[in-house]
Amino acid sequence: MADAAAPSTGPARPHARTLRRDARLEQLALFGLASPALILLLAVLALPVGWLFYLSFIGNDGGFSLQHYERMVDSKSYARIFRTTFEVSLITTGLCILLGYPLAYLLSQLPKRMAALCLLAVLLPFWTSLLVRTYAWLVLLQRRGLINEWGMSLGLWSEPLALVHNLSGTLIGMVHIMLPFMILPLYGSMRAIPADLLNASANLGARPSETFRHVFLPLSMPGLFAGSLLVFVLCLGFYVTPAVLGGGKVIMVSMRIATDIELFVNWGAASALGVVLLVLTLGLLYGASRFLSLDRVLGGGSR
Amino acid sequence: MTERNRSKSLPISVGGVTKTYGRVTALDSVDLEIESGEFMTLLGPSGSGKTTLLMVLAGFTRPDCGSVRFGDAEVVRLPPHKRDLGMVFQSYALFPHMTVAENVAFPLRLRKVGKADRLARAERALQTVQLGGYGDRRIDQLSGGQRQRVALARAIVFEPRILLMDEPLSALDKKLRELMQIELRRLHERFGMTTVYVTHDQREALTMSDRIAVIDDGAIQQLGTPRAIYDHPANRFVADFIGESTILPVTRDGADVLFAGTPLRLAGPPPPGPVSLMIRPERLQLLSGADAADASFNRFEATAESIVFQGESYLMQARLADGQLVALRGGVRHDYDAVTPAPGDRVALGVHVEDTILLPGADGAREADDG
Repeated sequence: MADAAAPSTGPARPHARTLRRDARLEQLALFGLASPALILLLAVLALPVGWLFYLSFIGNDGGFSLQHYERMVDSKSYARIFRTTFEVSLITTGLCILLGYPLAYLLSQLPKRMAALCLLAVLLPFWTSLLVRTYAWLVLLQRRGLINEWGMSLGLWSEPLALVHNLSGTLIGMVHIMLPFMILPLYGSMRAIPADLLNASANLGARPSETFRHVFLPLSMPGLFAGSLLVFVLCLGFYVTPAVLGGGKVIMVSMRIATDIELFVNWGAASALGVVLLVLTLGLLYGASRFLSLDRVLGGGSR
Repeated sequence: MTERNRSKSLPISVGGVTKTYGRVTALDSVDLEIESGEFMTLLGPSGSGKTTLLMVLAGFTRPDCGSVRFGDAEVVRLPPHKRDLGMVFQSYALFPHMTVAENVAFPLRLRKVGKADRLARAERALQTVQLGGYGDRRIDQLSGGQRQRVALARAIVFEPRILLMDEPLSALDKKLRELMQIELRRLHERFGMTTVYVTHDQREALTMSDRIAVIDDGAIQQLGTPRAIYDHPANRFVADFIGESTILPVTRDGADVLFAGTPLRLAGPPPPGPVSLMIRPERLQLLSGADAADASFNRFEATAESIVFQGESYLMQARLADGQLVALRGGVRHDYDAVTPAPGDRVALGVHVEDTILLPGADGAREADDG
């Protein structure tokens, strides 16, 4: 590229200024590529969240008020809802770990091609609608559903089991929906563990159980932590599945928000609930990030 | 070898070990006796089966059949964690979630050694590899050479009677590698454990080993001391793989071996059957007129084709009267320009009868085609 201005910058540092400008333009171009996403994020995330935040401080009379927050502190029902939310999320996370860890381990030990096929099976549910999957569970679990019909006709139990419209139904559905979010980061961090490390451990005298405890488990921790955090945070705000399978007996924060808006048209109360849930979630993430650096967790690496 | 060292090492006996992967034979009924306290190198190109053999010794690879004995004990069915041998991996395989000291103390922890004791022993092992005081470092704070030493300390801290090493120096740069070769050899002399060392680097093998097993195609091509293998390669593969060599076709005439119609002077009776002539470039020398009558040399007339300066030595390609190329390597000193011929010069080349090596097989012609 012929540039007439270049020689004038002095013979000692030829093209220094134009080269610097090229570098800046390149950075700008990269930033330009990201700008649609940034604008979208601003429009659909930052603005509504800010608006909710603002609404939560507006009382029923239209002026500034803390009444929505005060009610949350005063009313026992809110405390119960938050407790239920955290309990259901915690149990779901625990069950996902119990079911997901062995499966991820199996996948990580399979040959690459085989593992890819199995991962596809894990991801398959993502291709169908969340609502469809949830109603499918309803069909399976209800009083006259497939499981109860079969169980009774096989003589395994005589009375229909209460599998749905309660906590167990909610948990079954949520664990099913959340399992892939546990398995994927776990699988990633397990795949990243070099086979040589496990061989070295065995060579140094570790029984398979000791190799697992001292080497494999600690190195898969980042994945376990990432999966757990992901599942837990997603559970906190989960609406569809608990609403359909809980049968009104398992009230979570998201459902309370929905009734506040649909039934009582109380945007302020709903917003305040949303803000508290958001703050609690962010607090949790912050706590987790102090415990383990977040980018390492999300990267799923084993370093 | 002292009596004390002997109790710290075990002989290894490999018998009829075969391993196939589908239709590929990685090991073809390998027999190998390794003496107690010996430094044995398995040398071969990649895919030769040398690493498979090491993995069979370590227990990571289960052979199709065969026997592996450490001392009197048959171990072929023993899982790796019961074999009680030290191993240095090519990747070092240090545990990234443990400190240097925790890594080195790990085998002691598994052997239920008390905490104070195992930390003291780990520190001692680290001092042995000149990393005393590094115990609190994280693995990712160490350089490649330091990691290599930690891996070594971890492999010897529990005083195994057998030490396996899988190309432990291949990730280091040349200077460091040569330093570590000497250090590994020193450690072996100090601890005296039977050592099996896998490498594809012939120079490393020659430098360190008591004996070398040259492996190719899943079979041991030659077993012997570095000198024996270098001076008297058993076949064409060994001659090619270790050191430089020129291989020339010869013909038989009864007890005589003829090269270009002239009988070769030999140190001993030639082997039966078809043979070819092998000459190491550094054992070929330029002869002056005064040497012409010397009966201890085989003499060849040739024309210098190219001379390449390579630092400590030079490499000359010369074409023999019958059109074949032969390589000569000579030392470089201040008189380099005066003594080396120019391309096109007529030269007289000589190789001592002791260095005139006959290889079984008459496939020397292939080399000539390359030239």
